[in-house]
Amino acid sequence: MKSNRLQQFLIPLLAVLLGMIAGSIVMLASGYNPIAGFYALVYGAFGDTYYIGETIRQTTPYILTGLAVAFAFRTGLFNIGVEGQLIVGWLAAVWVGVSFDLPKIIHLPLALLAAALAGALWGLIPGVLKAYLKVHEVIITIMMNYIALHVTNAIIRSVLSDEGFKSKPVKESASLHSDFFDAITHHSTMHYGIFIAVAAAFVMWFLLERTTKGFELRAVGFNQHASQYAGMNVRANIILAMVISGAFAGVAGAMEGLGTFGNISTKAGFTGLGFDGIAVALIGGNNAFGILLSALLFGALKVGALEMPSSAGVPTELVDIIIALIIFFVASSYMIRWLLSRWQKGAE
Amino acid sequence: MSVYDVLQTIVPTTIFFAAPLIFTALGGVFSERSGVVNIGLEGLMTIGAFVGIVFNLTFADRFGEWTPWLALLAAMVVGAVFSLLHAVASVTFRADQVVSGVAINFLALGLSLFLVKKMYGKGQTDQIQVGFDKIDVPVLSDIPVIGPLLFSNAYAPSYIAIALAFVSWYVIYKTPFGLRLRAVGEHPMAADTMGIHVAKMRYIAVMISGALGGLGGAVYATIISRDFSHATISGHGFMALAAMIFGKWHPIGAMGAALFFGLAQSLSIVGQTIPFLKNVPTVYLLIAPYALTILALAGFIGRAEAPKAAGTPYIKGKR
Repeated sequence: MKSNRLQQFLIPLLAVLLGMIAGSIVMLASGYNPIAGFYALVYGAFGDTYYIGETIRQTTPYILTGLAVAFAFRTGLFNIGVEGQLIVGWLAAVWVGVSFDLPKIIHLPLALLAAALAGALWGLIPGVLKAYLKVHEVIITIMMNYIALHVTNAIIRSVLSDEGFKSKPVKESASLHSDFFDAITHHSTMHYGIFIAVAAAFVMWFLLERTTKGFELRAVGFNQHASQYAGMNVRANIILAMVISGAFAGVAGAMEGLGTFGNISTKAGFTGLGFDGIAVALIGGNNAFGILLSALLFGALKVGALEMPSSAGVPTELVDIIIALIIFFVASSYMIRWLLSRWQKGAE
Repeated sequence: MSVYDVLQTIVPTTIFFAAPLIFTALGGVFSERSGVVNIGLEGLMTIGAFVGIVFNLTFADRFGEWTPWLALLAAMVVGAVFSLLHAVASVTFRADQVVSGVAINFLALGLSLFLVKKMYGKGQTDQIQVGFDKIDVPVLSDIPVIGPLLFSNAYAPSYIAIALAFVSWYVIYKTPFGLRLRAVGEHPMAADTMGIHVAKMRYIAVMISGALGGLGGAVYATIISRDFSHATISGHGFMALAAMIFGKWHPIGAMGAALFFGLAQSLSIVGQTIPFLKNVPTVYLLIAPYALTILALAGFIGRAEAPKAAGTPYIKGKR
């Protein structure tokens, strides 16, 4: 048991390490200096208060998309639809944000709630199809991503703007913008959303680990037949799991809509935040506190990468390569476990 | 505008947009029939598009007319090699096949853009100068009415795509290789007992899907986009995946679905010029492939069922 705990911690760590080593090899092979590259990466993520602010801003949605993916994983589901749920959440938040004039104490929570509900609705459909028709959620959620993308673009064009490509900015009363963070981080785009994201991590931990419902959700994820035999409603739990996962993703969209951008524009492609959430969840071990750390790692990688072309000449895509390889290594944890056991045997 | 005029606008563009989807969807059929889920089709198309364009730009002077054909070949080879990563992770290291596929997509886009920036110093390649010529199929194009509609003024790879669907059907359903392929996808333990090397079959199937995905991407890049950037392949691999499911994991079905999705794509572009489609908002045409796939999976358009062992690694001796 103890070595299992240790492995749970070691595998993501080794995967990150292997990813970094592979990234260095890629840099060496293509004639860049890996030390300069990684120095630029770290400097670009934490080098001064502006960079730190940007890193935290990028971490904010990552925490929430990571939680969304992890919540589904913990309940035996694979939600690749976080991307689409995020987009509809973003749309809903901005829609509420521009359409009403309310006091902040009502308006902001209302916009967040709308985002959560939109994401939940986008998760409800694959949940129902899975629960009642046993359709695999992976394919449905992928299809739902594209439907979200196109429908959102159409709504932005026809409803939120006059055939334009961008909505009006959300009203001040629904904005997450922070003058305080703006001042201390030298005008970075960091906003109050980080508090919401951290609170969401706590909510997920509490819900899964400390409530009866959370126990049921996890039980259904482990073994549907045993759960049914124990008197749990398997279908309702599958649907609930997808709905909650979608709600986390929807709130992640609100972070972008009410915080980072303050509006919504038509998109030619996906934001990537939802797909990166899969990596965040895997590295975070599908655990709320692990996700806070891994979201910070990915936020730092993404923001730090922007510094790499100017100071080390390395294209930003190097970070995407590293992230992809980290996912590979975590996915192939069988290999890492096998290596670890070899290594332990050798040490004895 | 007469019906024939409308058809003359729609049919060639449908085939034009469907060809890359057909290749890639057929690749998906091979992989999933062997029991390996391949979400990485999108990434394999990206790699194919990248190789197709870079090869074309680099060797256009040396190979002249033959360049696009050789570029397709190169894209197939590189696609097959790249898909080995997915095979190693999901067959040998028993990784979650969906996660491994997601990693393939990330890696393909990251690596190809990294290399584009390294090689060209910018995020987008130049336009290729040597593409495919539009051809008329000899004899068939002389048939009245359907000849000009179906067999003239189109690109050769489109016809190869359609022919390949029939070849794939023959291979999967009429040859010993195909029987083995389906066996390891339905019941790997039974196949293993009969002396079929499960891992080897799955490696071969994933590499075929890599080659066809690479080919699909290269065809897309060569005849449709004509250059390579981050947005060249945006969702076409997933649309091919949808076509494979909508076609019920059957080569001919996948081809039919890909043609249908090609129709949806072509209508979303040329629809504005056709009288009775002018008032249909394009968003319906854009989401049609995805919405229909969901309906197909939900059983509203005939039940679509995946090969039984798809998604599960085979571990010898485990019941």
